[in-house]
Amino acid sequence: MADLGNTVVWTDEGKCPMEMTHSSKIPEILKTHEAELLSEWNQELVATNTRKGLIKEAELQVECREFLKLLRIAAQSGNLSNIQASEWREVREMLTSISRSRSHKGFTPTETATFIFSFKRPLFDRLRQLLHDPTEIGDEIWQATDLLDRLGLMAVEAYQKSREEVILRQQEEMMELSTPVVKLWDGILALPIIGTLDSARTQVVMESLLQKIVETGSEVAIIDITGVPTVDTLTAQHLLKTVTAARLMGADCIISGIRPQIAQTIVYLGIDLTDVTTKATLADAFLMALKRKGTTITRK
Amino acid sequence: MQKIEEMEIQSSSDVVLVRQAVRQFAIELGFGLVDQTKIVTAASELARNTLDYGGGGTVTLETLQNGGRRGLRLTFEDQGPGIPDIELALKDGFTSGGGLGMGLGGAKRLANEFEIESVVGEGTRIIIVRWK
Repeated sequence: MADLGNTVVWTDEGKCPMEMTHSSKIPEILKTHEAELLSEWNQELVATNTRKGLIKEAELQVECREFLKLLRIAAQSGNLSNIQASEWREVREMLTSISRSRSHKGFTPTETATFIFSFKRPLFDRLRQLLHDPTEIGDEIWQATDLLDRLGLMAVEAYQKSREEVILRQQEEMMELSTPVVKLWDGILALPIIGTLDSARTQVVMESLLQKIVETGSEVAIIDITGVPTVDTLTAQHLLKTVTAARLMGADCIISGIRPQIAQTIVYLGIDLTDVTTKATLADAFLMALKRKGTTITRK
Repeated sequence: MQKIEEMEIQSSSDVVLVRQAVRQFAIELGFGLVDQTKIVTAASELARNTLDYGGGGTVTLETLQNGGRRGLRLTFEDQGPGIPDIELALKDGFTSGGGLGMGLGGAKRLANEFEIESVVGEGTRIIIVRWK
């Protein structure tokens, strides 16, 4: 970015990158004192690293060296206040990948942010040694702390995001896992539902059931709701939709696992399940399905 | 000792949390399985209404003691559009959304006491009580 002197340039983020930064000594210091900064930062990190088992010192050193190099290059642009700008892209990418790996290794958010914050002391020491005018030192320290705070927050955000990704993935996995369609007999499927039957779940349940009906050519599907703690009108509506869809595919549905308290609640709610065959237990439903297929079970 | 808890209802996962909290309260009050299920189901209906029609709101759970009787009072409040015709809304099969239209009436039947106040443009407050 060109030096525009007193002209104020507003970027997309609404920040003013040129304010105060044009005269900063920080880029120069990063360039000329890189080696000392690196070794002091390293010492600082090793001293604060309470989790020696999680990351090797050699690995930490490589990360520091690489990060400091990118920081120095980005700082040469003169822009120290808007880390969303394109010249900071590589720094952002590296920081994001460091935070992600920290999150996967089991570091806490504080430990992750400390990676950045521990650079403050070496940098501030350098500023105090090299500059003499107190106002200038104050200004420079302010800029440095502003920059490092932003980077630290970005590290925490990246950490948080990678955690959220894990949660999201687990949710999806749980959804897939919790809706198995099992074949009980030739032409008889069972779908045990466990947990809350919300719209997203219903979609998955319905899809896997209909798919399995086509694959196996089944005529009877038993939906077992023993594991559904609360059956309210929305759950009932979802069940009825699933039953109707299965019927359109040529399969009859039996709803089983209706516990006494659920039965009473359904009555009070006024939900009409008369079009659907229901049974108290999966065993009853299975027997009924067998009967429909003309199969009987006899004891030897 | 009276126990009061206020909870936010801003997403469908909050509805699940409300159900769990109501069940916990009901268990602590010594409700039987049927009463537990009834109040939890009613709470589920009303919490979802608060979310879907009221645009989110809060629920306050309170334990009650009246002589020897113990009960649970749930107050659902939202600052949503309000209900223009409460009688119509309570009618089974009536829905302004896409549901079965049984929720509000069902919740009323599942509770021992039911109170509804709604001002169009200001919001809705529904109070239900279930006694042991």
